[in-house]
Amino acid sequence: MTALLGLLRKETYHILRDKRTLLVIILLPVLQVIIFGYAIRTDVDRVRLAIVDPHPDYATLALRSRFTAAGVFSVVAVESRVDALDALFQRGDAQEAIVFDPDFAEHLARGLPARLMLVTDATEPNTGSAVQAYASAVIEGYERELQSRAPGVRIVPEIRMRFNPTRESSNLFVPGLMAFILTIISSLMTAISLTREKETGSMEALLVSPLRPWQIIVGKVAPYLAVGFVSVVGVIVEARLVFNVPLRGSVALLLAESVLFILVSLSLGILVSARTSSQRVAMMGAMVGTMLPTMLLSGFIFPIESMPQVLQVVSNIVPARWFVFVARSIMLKGVGLEYLWRETLILMAMALVLLTMSTRSFHERLE
Amino acid sequence: MTGELAIETQDLTRVFGAFTAVDHITFDVRVGEVFGFLGANGAGKTTALRMLIGLLAPTSGSARVAGHDVFTESEAIKHDIGYMSQRFSLYEDLTVRENIQLYGGIYGLSNREIRERTERLLARLGFEGAANDFVRALPLGWRQKLAFSVALLHQPRIVFLDEPTSGVDPITRRQFWELIYEAAAAGTTVLITTHYMDEAEYCDRISIMVAGRIGAMGTPSDLKRQFGTESIDELFVTLARPETAGAGRAKP
Repeated sequence: MTALLGLLRKETYHILRDKRTLLVIILLPVLQVIIFGYAIRTDVDRVRLAIVDPHPDYATLALRSRFTAAGVFSVVAVESRVDALDALFQRGDAQEAIVFDPDFAEHLARGLPARLMLVTDATEPNTGSAVQAYASAVIEGYERELQSRAPGVRIVPEIRMRFNPTRESSNLFVPGLMAFILTIISSLMTAISLTREKETGSMEALLVSPLRPWQIIVGKVAPYLAVGFVSVVGVIVEARLVFNVPLRGSVALLLAESVLFILVSLSLGILVSARTSSQRVAMMGAMVGTMLPTMLLSGFIFPIESMPQVLQVVSNIVPARWFVFVARSIMLKGVGLEYLWRETLILMAMALVLLTMSTRSFHERLE
Repeated sequence: MTGELAIETQDLTRVFGAFTAVDHITFDVRVGEVFGFLGANGAGKTTALRMLIGLLAPTSGSARVAGHDVFTESEAIKHDIGYMSQRFSLYEDLTVRENIQLYGGIYGLSNREIRERTERLLARLGFEGAANDFVRALPLGWRQKLAFSVALLHQPRIVFLDEPTSGVDPITRRQFWELIYEAAAAGTTVLITTHYMDEAEYCDRISIMVAGRIGAMGTPSDLKRQFGTESIDELFVTLARPETAGAGRAKP
């Protein structure tokens, strides 16, 4: 037991004394949350607007130019048929659409209520309502101007919030970010710290000692589990305080699932280090083998549902995919284990298989 | 007789694919002896040593280290041996004292033992002033001496040194050998690999490995007499020539 404690203390010293890496570990999650958080906020500044104008006329063109002049909107498409909207929203090309009634200009000229429809992509509720409020304000401004010349003129907007299932919560970045940060800390750092010991030859000294392989592994990776755990808590707190990201489900469950995912990532890191002998190669291996799949195939940035079939199948073996799903469900939908047991079991199975494989790969080095 | 033998091997062999790195070597090392393992790079000395310390499983043959079988009792061997490799094995971002504590803990010493032995070790090396310095700040020669002393911290019966003096200046090498003699005088068996032929003269007995086999074995003076050479260096060159070594195998 003292031997293991000594190892843990040593690894903690390694982490605390490598000031540059420590700074990266601490600042990375903080910065990522801010970068991703504000990246989403700037979306409100460049709202992708689609226009459906069946009968372009002086009146519709005037309102359209109001939108362009507002500076917040950039027109991505002008269509004459409403059917075109579906594809635009599905692809995410448009966030907002104005659909003019075919009689818009005529009604306006005759003093009748002129109708139009405002369609908003409300996948991300905060952005959606902000965008919709902007658009309404532009319309109201135009209406007021018309009324100053011809009192009694009315524009009646019909508001539609559109919830697109294929882009479900894709803008809520925190769960994906958690997976990404945990992958960096657990897989990358573990792989590097293990290969460093191989490179300097200190691993041999440990292997020759009476330490059991599991003690060496625990001594090496437990401190990174702790670091990963602290990062997750930090990201959740920051996302909550700074960006009001909801946490509707159980915090305990979310943290437990995070630990499970950390275990999976740590095992991947051990596996990478078992196959490599230099820190450089280990870093590349961990990036290609764990970080890229986590970025690209977990649904963090690109929704899985819109991937080609082949990639959807491949994404099944990416642990982050399951973790991102679980974390999103807990945070955004507030569901519990009764809905997530299948994904949790998958993560557990992955942890079990990878831990066994990585412990074995450690043994193999002795052969 | 067995009680007096620290290491005994019989036809110890290690094959990597089609390449036989160690080819049926048989030798004994007596307790308290300083035994030198010589050979060119790739001659198989490090492979042989790694089999003895449990880092590598032998393909065939048998070996006992400190009375334990390398195949079946490798865990028991680990408590009885110390090891220092040619590559530096202390942690550079830990202080001298922290390194000693770490290895003391790994080998199951009590805190009191660690404290006492740390002080003794620092005093013997004259490192009292450097106890709280980071190892990376120490000159290479100091590090090697420290690494050797740490390998002896748990008072192993046998210490294995894999080219411990490569890259070290001649004066430090001398000092290093004084430490080796001290350990041997205290009853520790020393098995050392080296490719410095002058160091062979310091050993009680040496074995010269050529292409995986033992080309010659005995005390340095016996060997020189037997082969009619002036120095071990000359003897080594004679042995390393394929036509005289008898085992004219190509390396992979």
